[in-house]
Amino acid sequence: MNIYACIKQVPDTEASILVKDGRSINETNIKWIVSPYDEYAIEEALKLKEKLPGSKVTAICLGPDRVQNALRTALAMGADAAVHIECAALLDAHNTARALAHVIGADKEFGVIFLGRQAIDDDASQVHLMLAGELSLPAATNVLAFSCDGQKVRVEREIGEGAREVIEMPVPCVVAAAKGLNTPRYASMMGIMKAKKIEIRKVPLAETGADETRNRVRLLKLSSPAEKPQGRVIPGEPAAVVQELVKLLREEAKVL
Amino acid sequence: MANIGLYIELKDGSFKKSNRELLSLARKGGHAVHAVVFCADVQPFLEEMQGVQSVIQVTGADLAYQPERYARTLAKVIEEYKLEAFLGIYSAQGKDLFPRLAALLKAGLVNDCLAVDLEKRQAVKPVYSGKLLAEYQVEGERALFTVRPNVIPVEPAAGGTPQVKSMTLDAGEAKARIVEVIQSASRKIDLTEAEVIVSGGRAMKAKENFSILEDLAQVLNAGVGASRAAVDAGFATSDMQVGQTGKVVNPKLYIACGISGAIQHFVGMKTSKIIVAVNKDPEAPIFKKADYGIVGDLFTVVPLLKEELKKALG
Ligand SMILES: Cc1cc2nc3c(=O)[nH]c(=O)nc-3n(C[C@H](O)[C@H](O)[C@H](O)COP(=O)(O)OP(=O)(O)OC[C@H]3O[C@@H](n4cnc5c(N)ncnc54)[C@H](O)[C@@H]3O)c2cc1C
Ligand SMILES: Nc1ncnc2c1ncn2[C@@H]1O[C@H](COP(=O)(O)O)[C@@H](O)[C@H]1O
Repeated sequence: MNIYACIKQVPDTEASILVKDGRSINETNIKWIVSPYDEYAIEEALKLKEKLPGSKVTAICLGPDRVQNALRTALAMGADAAVHIECAALLDAHNTARALAHVIGADKEFGVIFLGRQAIDDDASQVHLMLAGELSLPAATNVLAFSCDGQKVRVEREIGEGAREVIEMPVPCVVAAAKGLNTPRYASMMGIMKAKKIEIRKVPLAETGADETRNRVRLLKLSSPAEKPQGRVIPGEPAAVVQELVKLLREEAKVL
Repeated sequence: MANIGLYIELKDGSFKKSNRELLSLARKGGHAVHAVVFCADVQPFLEEMQGVQSVIQVTGADLAYQPERYARTLAKVIEEYKLEAFLGIYSAQGKDLFPRLAALLKAGLVNDCLAVDLEKRQAVKPVYSGKLLAEYQVEGERALFTVRPNVIPVEPAAGGTPQVKSMTLDAGEAKARIVEVIQSASRKIDLTEAEVIVSGGRAMKAKENFSILEDLAQVLNAGVGASRAAVDAGFATSDMQVGQTGKVVNPKLYIACGISGAIQHFVGMKTSKIIVAVNKDPEAPIFKKADYGIVGDLFTVVPLLKEELKKALG
């Protein structure tokens, strides 16, 4: 089976993000990582490949030149091939999905496509289901458990309050990973060496039919939210402190 | 004035609290509001929906949630009623349904909105896990939005009784089928909609110790959350994780017990109205972010707090 993992490169979770010129972020000193949920996507793709002999995992990332590092990470973890959709512009979810669909749809033997449940930069939470829409595929998001016999997929997804939906769908299909699906492997030294030798296929955005001018959602402005004023520590012995706290929660904060 | 549609979400047949937030948002500005409800009997909900122009009741032989059928039905409603904007809750179901709907309609969608301007079709949402806010413009014939729970102030339902209209559930093929819904053994409070949350970190030391948080939560009618360290150590389940790779929560009161306050945890709970931290290390970063801090051992403080609250809340 030709398995795909769509991954996005995002700022490290520790990074403090500052606005530059109102519509973009200051990228100096930012360390870039594979979006955490997309690591689960890569891991699940690799596990499926191990289960179905003869399979191949391709990682795809759309973005500027720096995203090749994210693809190298996927290759070092064990992906067999990588595609870089070259795009420096800001695309909305429809356009991103269109570009991904163009690359994957050109492969007549694609099987399961893994993504993350959301990318932790724009937190849009929609590229997966739009990709499914573009390719007319069944899909499940927020997936915590996955199994596949090559023809059918069965997943469990979290729906809140500790409840799960069990979903069955045929291959090909789209699966968007949540935390808890698996534990992503670390790249081995050998994997890193091997990854260096694999050529990343480059696809210019213009070839994919995606185009910034077709964005349905346009970013107008980025801003920093108001910071919370520093709070205070309530001094005293535990018994007195909790008494004071309850009083404050009632009378000052009015949340009880 | 525009034609605005709302997806009214039911949970086990009852009206979700966050629907009131949607209704409050939509009723403002004198728009013609159309609320869509998938149910066999809409009467019990009409009082909540006063002031909307019409309630579109979707009926069918099997109304259980199936995402493809629901999305196609909503797409049809939106087209038939010429709805220019369509709103839902950013809930587990909203996250599943709205992007499908956007794909079917080729419409722009902004998820997780904190504010929506229905006139201009603009919305503000958190990005970079809430480190920044983004303002978006939706272009095209129609705009879709999902709204973060607990953000929009609720105003009491007022105005005339809506007209009830009907629509039949799409019964076409569903390629991805929900074959079963597994409920958790203990019915938990949904953290993303909880008004009060008690959370534990690595300091809880063992799974069993979470029972002291559960006892406190019971007094407060709160949900129980956890840090990633607590989840990774197996003290808590992954659906309890709050933070950048867990849930983003927005309660009135968040009580963090034995949690250091790492940025990845903070971004998941920082919009809580009031944050209380219990930590034995006075230097813990969480104290910089908490409205009220208690320096002490959680194993002493939490049970005392429970007793004190029991007294106070009667
Ligand atoms: C990509 C990525 C994503 C992440 N996503 C998340 C996420 O979604 N959510 C999340 O929470 N973290 C996340 N993290 C992890 C985060 O960086 C922290 O490691 C984690 O939040 C720490 O959890 P903690 O505060 O429970 O543990 P610690 O940092 O170990 O803190 C334990 C605290 O308990 C205090 N303590 C110890 N004993 C007691 C006692 N008896 N009484 C009172 N206090 C006591 C200590 O003083 C300490 O402050 C992520 C990290 C990365 C790299
Ligand atoms: N630029 C991109 N390149 C590849 N995959 C992407 C890209 N953007 C989003 N995705 C995938 O879509 C998922 C959901 O992203 P989003 O809708 O932006 O929250 C991510 O977790 C990725 O798997």
